[in-house]
Amino acid sequence: MVALSSNLLYFAFILYLVATLFFGGSIKSKKDTAGSGPNKWANIAIFITIAGFVAQLGYFITRWIASGHAPVSNLFEFTTFFGMALVGAFIVIYFIYKTPLLGLFTMPVAILVIAYAAMFPKDISPLIPALQSDWLHIHVTTAAVGEAILAVSFAAGLIYLVKVVDQTKASKHTFWLEVVMFALMCTIGFVAVSSSFSLANYESKFTYIDKNGQEDVIEYNLPAVVGPHEGKLQTAAKFEPLAETPAIINAKKLNTVLWSLVSGLALYWLVRLILRKRISASLQPFVKNINLDLVDEISYRSVLIGFPVFTLGALIFAMIWAQIAWTRFWGWDPKEVWALITWLFYAAFLHLRMSKGWHGEKSAWLAVIGFVIIMFNLVAVNLVIAGLHSYAG
Amino acid sequence: MNDVKCECGHVNPHGTVLCESCGKVLEEKEESKKLLDMRYEGSARRSQTYNKTIVDKIWNFFSSVKVGVILIVVTLIASSLGTILPQEMYIPQMTTPAEYYEDQYGWFGKLYYELDFNNLYSSWWYLLLIASIGVSLVICSLDRVIPLYRALKNQRVERHEGFMKRQRLYGVSEQPGEEAMSRLEQNLKAKKYHIRKKNGSILAEKNRFSRWGPYVNHIGLIIFLIGAMLRFVPGMYVDELLWIREGETKAIPGTDGQYYLKNNKFIFQKYDKKKDNEVFGAALDRAGMVAKNYQSNVTLYEKKGDTVAGESLNLKKLKEAKIRVNQPLKIDKFAIYQVDYKLDELSKMHLALQNKDTGEEIGTIKVNLYNPETKYDLKNGYFVELKSYFPDFEFDENSNPTTKSKVPNNPAFVFKMVTPEKPDGEVSFVAIRQTIEVDGNNSYKMAFKGVETKNVAALTIRKDLTLWILGFGGLIFMIGVIQGAYWNHRRLWVKIVDGKAVTAGHTNKNWYGFKRELEGVFEGTGMESPAEQLESGKKG
Ligand code: HEM
Repeated sequence: MVALSSNLLYFAFILYLVATLFFGGSIKSKKDTAGSGPNKWANIAIFITIAGFVAQLGYFITRWIASGHAPVSNLFEFTTFFGMALVGAFIVIYFIYKTPLLGLFTMPVAILVIAYAAMFPKDISPLIPALQSDWLHIHVTTAAVGEAILAVSFAAGLIYLVKVVDQTKASKHTFWLEVVMFALMCTIGFVAVSSSFSLANYESKFTYIDKNGQEDVIEYNLPAVVGPHEGKLQTAAKFEPLAETPAIINAKKLNTVLWSLVSGLALYWLVRLILRKRISASLQPFVKNINLDLVDEISYRSVLIGFPVFTLGALIFAMIWAQIAWTRFWGWDPKEVWALITWLFYAAFLHLRMSKGWHGEKSAWLAVIGFVIIMFNLVAVNLVIAGLHSYAG
Repeated sequence: MNDVKCECGHVNPHGTVLCESCGKVLEEKEESKKLLDMRYEGSARRSQTYNKTIVDKIWNFFSSVKVGVILIVVTLIASSLGTILPQEMYIPQMTTPAEYYEDQYGWFGKLYYELDFNNLYSSWWYLLLIASIGVSLVICSLDRVIPLYRALKNQRVERHEGFMKRQRLYGVSEQPGEEAMSRLEQNLKAKKYHIRKKNGSILAEKNRFSRWGPYVNHIGLIIFLIGAMLRFVPGMYVDELLWIREGETKAIPGTDGQYYLKNNKFIFQKYDKKKDNEVFGAALDRAGMVAKNYQSNVTLYEKKGDTVAGESLNLKKLKEAKIRVNQPLKIDKFAIYQVDYKLDELSKMHLALQNKDTGEEIGTIKVNLYNPETKYDLKNGYFVELKSYFPDFEFDENSNPTTKSKVPNNPAFVFKMVTPEKPDGEVSFVAIRQTIEVDGNNSYKMAFKGVETKNVAALTIRKDLTLWILGFGGLIFMIGVIQGAYWNHRRLWVKIVDGKAVTAGHTNKNWYGFKRELEGVFEGTGMESPAEQLESGKKG
């Protein structure tokens, strides 16, 4: 059952990749002059997407059966679920607005999310007592679905910006758009580096002095650019760190972040060398036929649909679970606070749009920032600030 | 202040921009605009009308959405500051915060502590921010809800031409025939529009209720905030911790001695690779020990009648229960949670009175470490007196024995051993792994023979009478957001003027979808769907 489950996930991943290519093809296809309506390519693409979604649903269900609990209980499971929800949200919105271009932007994000998930330990983990609750699973899944719908708004916002930002001259706007592209490259870089070294079984052990002055051992799976506090390499013939971190910093995590940034930078320059222009500038031809009003509305609609779902999952169900598991519905744990911040942000978004008339480009930027906050909560808060919710990173 | 009478006969309150009934522009400065600001249907709002007294000024400040958004954004940024370093409630309990923050995080930690960011969410200024959002919610809703109600209720089918011309969607078509009009009506009905007709004009409207969504959700938020405030009213909220040993019966704190709890057994279980689901094997190998269950088996009692001090309690057994994480025990308004535990706390110590020369043991005593006896009789003229007892022994600064707490973590005793040979008794100080004799040449000693241990469970007793208010607020909020977000208020006006059909459309959001819907509605009627008048058409 476990093997079947992982094969289904693998299969879904491949299907998503193929579907993305078809979405790309449907935009490039000369046959469709309007550019935004679905053509034959697009029909195939959405079909493959649905097939992939069904396969991933299969992964989810079989893993549930194998483990006896809903598979959203560690970082790998939660993040793959988020990827699946993103694809699901895209499928629904695709059928409302029939825009293949949205697929070309959403599917790569979903693919990156799932690839990122695969970098975490994939073991089926038993539930500690606090996690043995149906409310927890209801909370986590609803929150992920809400975040996924909000992520579609990011994809639509990105399309809007790629189309509307003037690429003939460098500006604040082109800069920040490239920062978004760079962040995507860092994710690819992280996945590429982690999987290469894990394929090569890279492992180096250090003894070091932790922040309480105790000696401890830590194991790196990437070459240590920065080593731990007073670290001593214990594994022969491995890379010696170039620098050492102070005791309060988690050297291993910092090292991973550095690797992601460096590999992201390398990838980014490589792509720019090949394209000879900004990444967002080279995406522009794909979006030239899209109706701006349409993507603006998709972006806004996704927020309107996603906001209530997010509130329900990330705040209300979360409070119900916290009341039962932790005796109080709210504890100002970093993860909770960041859910509140996300919620306040989207509330501000809705007010600005409704009453200050922040439509179009401004609204698109807000959609991008909203997604950055969501990803911050998912990645940085789990791995760095970690509180009660940390699923043992 | 004077009311304003429109030429259609409707009397509007002072400050009205567009006649509530026919939509004619009443304010001169609006007259010159190409498109109308339809946000509150141009009705009179207090905040737009009065700005003289201090009350007006405060009212206007809090009713502004701009101020509301600023408050929200400031709260958002403030909240994020509290996550940079752990809040005080999450640092190890035995530490002094002032030292902890500096030790762990250096100058930054010190600064963080000095700014009081270690208790950010209960600081006065954070609470003030939340309170301002609450005030803003109340005022901005009051400012708008009644005017909006009046305007939506008083709508006339026939609108003033000036009103129609200044709508975003506007068009003029040749006079349609009867048939075309009835076709249009049918199409509108198929799209679930409500239709009102007068003199051949049509007002088609749907989902008006969605306009109340924001007000409903704000009311939900206000209820929630009120609920959160009630927390501070005495009696609404109880939060107590009860450490209870196996075998012990204790009054449940916070219940005024009405309920008693006996801890029969505390159970701690780990996952076991052999017994549990084998798919967990890999994870267990990686993580080592993983906890599976924390459980207190308890008996709940209720006190019967009044007891005078000294009299024994009259307890009536209510039920047996298993309290586990995620499965609290509920009684009345109270819930009892499993929150912490201590395994194998010392409960009894066995000591033997031993002749130091011969090694002969006269007898063994069992000292109850929670509540020791003062004299242990070993028959035949042998007995042991307990002169002093230090459950959690240490030496104080003057090197005198003392105890850190009442918990028997490190018990120590001063015994007087009375034997037929030494009828005056010999004094011996006994602690774990050490014996000190006062005069140094005793002939008997207390030899350590063993211990008995018990588990201790920590239970949280919680009463929170605000929960249902918070839940109710949350429910109202959800209803409100969904109402406002999943439906939009759409209107189409068709008026016959001089043999032409004038059309105008308005929606409160999602213009793209509305335009597409109208195109469908006008199909086959021979009339043009009203067209976008906004330049660019880029706003939506
Ligand atoms: C955390 C706090 C708040 C939340 C979650 C919230 C939520 C919302 C939502 C979801 C809407 C509907 C938006 C839409 O449909 O696009 C809305 C509308 C609105 N909100 Fe808030 N709000 C909050 C605070 C405030 C505050 C402080 C003000 C005060 C200035 C305010 C004033 C308004 C107004 C005037 C509307 C529009 C009402 C209408 O359409 O007639 N909100 N709010």
